[in-house]
Amino acid sequence: MNINNIKKQFPIFNNKVHNNDLVYLDSANSSQKPQMVVDRIYDFYTKEFSNVGRSVHYLAVAATNLYENTRIMMQKYINAKDPNEIVFTKGATEAINLVANTFGQKFLREGDEILLTELEHHSNYVPWHYLRKLKGVKINFAEINNDGEITIESIEKSITPKTKMIAITHLSNVTGAILPIKEITSLAHSKNIPILIDGCQGAPHLKLDMQDIDCDFYAISCHKMYGPTGLGVLYAKKKWLDTLPPYQGGGGMIREVKKEGISFGDLPNKYEAGTMATAQVIAFGESIKFLNQIGIENIEKHESELTKYGEEVLRKNNSVKLVGNPKNKGSVLSFTLDGIHAHDIATILDEDGVAIRAGHHCCQILHDKLGLSATARASLGVYNTKDDLDKLNESINKCKKIFDR
Amino acid sequence: MDLKELYQEIILEHGKNPKNLGKFENFNKDAKGNNPLCGDKVHIYLKTDENKKISDIKFEGEGCAITMASTSIMTELMKEKSETEVKELIDDFLNMIKENSELKSKNINEDDKIKLMSLSGVKKYPMRVKCATLPWHTLISAMSNKPGEVNTEKEE
Ligand SMILES: Cc1ncc(COP(=O)(O)O)c(C=O)c1O
Repeated sequence: MNINNIKKQFPIFNNKVHNNDLVYLDSANSSQKPQMVVDRIYDFYTKEFSNVGRSVHYLAVAATNLYENTRIMMQKYINAKDPNEIVFTKGATEAINLVANTFGQKFLREGDEILLTELEHHSNYVPWHYLRKLKGVKINFAEINNDGEITIESIEKSITPKTKMIAITHLSNVTGAILPIKEITSLAHSKNIPILIDGCQGAPHLKLDMQDIDCDFYAISCHKMYGPTGLGVLYAKKKWLDTLPPYQGGGGMIREVKKEGISFGDLPNKYEAGTMATAQVIAFGESIKFLNQIGIENIEKHESELTKYGEEVLRKNNSVKLVGNPKNKGSVLSFTLDGIHAHDIATILDEDGVAIRAGHHCCQILHDKLGLSATARASLGVYNTKDDLDKLNESINKCKKIFDR
Repeated sequence: MDLKELYQEIILEHGKNPKNLGKFENFNKDAKGNNPLCGDKVHIYLKTDENKKISDIKFEGEGCAITMASTSIMTELMKEKSETEVKELIDDFLNMIKENSELKSKNINEDDKIKLMSLSGVKKYPMRVKCATLPWHTLISAMSNKPGEVNTEKEE
């Protein structure tokens, strides 16, 4: 894999930031887009645009085929059994809300418990929190260990006879910990508990095989997978999509509508009410092509080497403290600097064209546990290089210079 | 160059060793401010006397250098100021930060003006303006003893 060629496929890197080359280290937040994805959106709107599934004219039929084709590509990409197990949403956030809402409606009662972890993004906590008020359910949090990991033991300890759902992240967007989701799924199933994986940080970086993992639900954010914004995917086993009630109501998801009552349409339409993000779905097909062209194994290898290099460089820098030390770590490097707040770091780095994120990264529970109000986070994507990490380190040293005046 | 304007020595000094940090027993007004995007937090405690003069002011909090410096400088300035003076100073400061104008108040001396103007570097950093204004909004809330928390994401 020639990394320089990959960077060339991303037009954003032709731009300067404050007269510097862009060092983009915020891919856990959102990834940049390859030219083929950008072009696909342009081409669709200029040559092929139509709404899908509603009209019989030429453009509508063609657009519908393209839209459904992405569903099939995604099914294959994550090895789902059936294309109908792929539901398009507006993001991973909506995917999780869909499950919390419909599963909660149908299956949860007062006193039932939902098990999350302390690593969860607010997107995998707030939707469940609504069920506290609505249904009187209780939320438990499996605790992290000193390395910022969630072990199978920690999950096992937190399961009670009342646990009705386990919802956990695949890869922490702060500590980088990769959770043993296959083992946790098998543990959950041995106790008859369904499991949802928040795969936002897993999907762009790790090989996904739904048959191997065997989880019930897997939520994906397309904008972190070199795809467009406004789009997510919910993978759900067909048995769930068949039994759960519809989520939003509207056009496209119905079979028959009478004044006396309504019957709902079949999958996948049941969960795709209203006009969907058509152009984004079609362009996301190109993101899957892009990932397949490079090969997810190559991406894993490249990013894992870079992560190790980044850890090494930052460990050598005495004023940097890395947050978390998981044995199985994704390409996320969160850190603090003695005496310099994360936001000041981010502002100073930005001046050099180094884009990182500062704050609690939508993980307040975790930051409270760590006793930190904010951390700085550098996160990697397929286009990053060792040079990017060297520049990160140089800019960190500049922070010290400015603050130690 | 802009970075040097943002992180002037006065700011770094106040950021590292903020004045009036802490809490005191007999405060009669207080308010909390929170900038949820950054995780900056301040809690301002006031004692006002019978003439509505601020006789003591302290704060607890954590945040970036800008937030800490802005709070520190503000608390120094507000001691012994009357309610009307406080209001005028807050307006003056917020106008200076948001609307690019000079400080107009006649109630502050040149030294204090220089300190306040040192915070004007944030103008070039729109994402950081909230860091500088958070304590000032929190002080408004403390003066009026409004319940609830000042939240930078709910403003305007
Ligand atoms: C772990 C995790 N979960 C959920 C989300 C939300 O995803 P989306 O932006 O697609 O709604 C994010 C992204 O910010 C995330 O990092």
